Amino acid sequence: MMIQLKDINKVYEIGSISVNALRDVDLNIGQNEYVAIMGPSGSGKSTLMNIIGCLDTASSGTYLLNDVDVSDMDDDQLAEIRNREIGFVFQTFNLLPRANALHNVELPLIYNGTPSSKRRQQAENALDRVGLTDRMHHKPNELSGGQRQRVAIARALVNNPSIILADEPTGNLDSKTGDEIMEVFEELHDAGNTIILVTHEEYIAEHSDRIIRLRDGYVERDEAKSELAL
Amino acid sequence: MRILIYIGEGLKIALTALRAYKMRSILTTLGIVIGVMTVITIVALVQGLNKAFTEEISALGSDTLYIDKYSWFMDRDTYFAYRNRPNIKIHEAERVKELSRLAEAVAPALYTRRNIQYRERKLEGSIVVGTTEDYLITSNAYPEYGRFFTSTDVDHRRSVCVLGWEVAQKLFPNTDPIGKRVSIEGRKMRVIGVREKKGSFFNNNFDTWVFIPINTFASIFGTRYRSVQMEVKVKSPDLVEDAEIELAGVMRRIRGLSGGDENNFAINKQSMLMDTYNDLTGVLWAVAIGVGSISLLVGGIGIMNILLVSVTERTREIGIRKAIGAKRFDIMVQFLIESIMICAIGVFIGILCAVGLAKLVASVSPIPAVITPWVVFLGLAFTTVIGIFFGIYPASKAAKLNPIEALRYE
Repeated sequence: MMIQLKDINKVYEIGSISVNALRDVDLNIGQNEYVAIMGPSGSGKSTLMNIIGCLDTASSGTYLLNDVDVSDMDDDQLAEIRNREIGFVFQTFNLLPRANALHNVELPLIYNGTPSSKRRQQAENALDRVGLTDRMHHKPNELSGGQRQRVAIARALVNNPSIILADEPTGNLDSKTGDEIMEVFEELHDAGNTIILVTHEEYIAEHSDRIIRLRDGYVERDEAKSELAL
Repeated sequence: MRILIYIGEGLKIALTALRAYKMRSILTTLGIVIGVMTVITIVALVQGLNKAFTEEISALGSDTLYIDKYSWFMDRDTYFAYRNRPNIKIHEAERVKELSRLAEAVAPALYTRRNIQYRERKLEGSIVVGTTEDYLITSNAYPEYGRFFTSTDVDHRRSVCVLGWEVAQKLFPNTDPIGKRVSIEGRKMRVIGVREKKGSFFNNNFDTWVFIPINTFASIFGTRYRSVQMEVKVKSPDLVEDAEIELAGVMRRIRGLSGGDENNFAINKQSMLMDTYNDLTGVLWAVAIGVGSISLLVGGIGIMNILLVSVTERTREIGIRKAIGAKRFDIMVQFLIESIMICAIGVFIGILCAVGLAKLVASVSPIPAVITPWVVFLGLAFTTVIGIFFGIYPASKAAKLNPIEALRYE
């Protein structure tokens, strides 16, 4: 299993009140799965995504990522894991506004110490995969929303991570562009990537093979698409 | 290898940021420019003063002692005390010469200001020095033309004189002065030599002096109210301290002072000037360092302030970088480089301004200014120290940001 979550709890202390954002979550996600995590706001899906993405650690429970226990890692160790294992795609794209597309895509490679010639080569390849070869010297404000999200996907891909973690990737796009982006994810999945999609929109979740529904911090339902079809 | 990549990225980011906020960067840099300019200009001026002073003072010769009624350094009270000391007489100088074993030459000297005339050309208030042949040795004053006077000239009170370079130029612009008779206060004196150009020591221009045998001086101007200054050249520079002790003893013996009596004469030497000067410049250095540090501190605070603003503005960027895999150290390096870069630009411009300013001061005032190559190293040190010192707090603040909160920051 690529991702093994066991008895994960996350408690936030807000003043004197404790809020249980996740309660006893057990979850396994394997290689080349295409999973959607769904739930209304406050269901804990952002918290789960942060933990899976190694941006945050659980209050209790264990998380094995590729058989490595990341539950108790410190900031810098998590940064290294994020760099190597996870590619993020955000709702608001989160590109560096003053850097061109190529430089944005090179960013993860900078932080793992890839030499510049190789870096450029890999970044160009990643941009090619999302169909942006001709826009790579443009800055984010010179690109359309869809193109920006493609740059973000290229950035997520460039380091060949284990997981691509997309948080509402179509939330800021019109439906036609959103569909195009979902096609890109489809292609990546077909090419062997593992994709975890966080969304609250049913029709976006439809693209996945498995839907995990959260409510009040619990896993309410976890069903594979083949089962849905049946 | 990794660190080089971070530094490369850091430089790129810093340049982009500096360009994006031009006005802000210029103002911040200005703080450093002013600080560095102040420090380096003051350092250059103090060094220039030092160099000039050392050059001047070396004209005195470190192996020459000056026996005098007065000390070179006196306050009001000691001045009045010293006034009551007996004047030093010519014969005392002769005795010193006889008795001292460490002295190579002892030249007594008497000074007066007189008018000097050759036909219709006249110099007012020239310094006339009465001395002996030993003056040639004690003051390193060799004749450019003719000769200096000899013991015979001194013993026989001959009416001969040796002119300073400038005196000769002014009185005899077109003719050879040797053998001509000039009039000093109505007395005719035959010119036997012209001294080589000596230049000036502070405000004393030696080239405007005229030298006559001390006995001639005594018979013309009298010695009753005059105290002789003795210039004593010691046989070797290593013997100066011994000679000082010996001369004090010799003088005491000549004057018949007994054990409990204080010296009623002073022995002056070049190192006294040097010591006093060093005390004085010590204060100058302290002021320079004080003023410079304050202005650099102000500049540094400016940098810190701007970096804190920059960290806040770029919270989201920091969040993105961290999400993608930047470690604390990477973020830290990024902001430190930005800080150091502002400093580096400031220091560079500051040094250029300081060089300009020092040149300007040197050209419009008598204070020389010396910019030595080590200001470059000083500049590098400033850059690194200020950049790191004032950058480290904002940089570590950035490095510690929580990526989730940073990404959510609007």
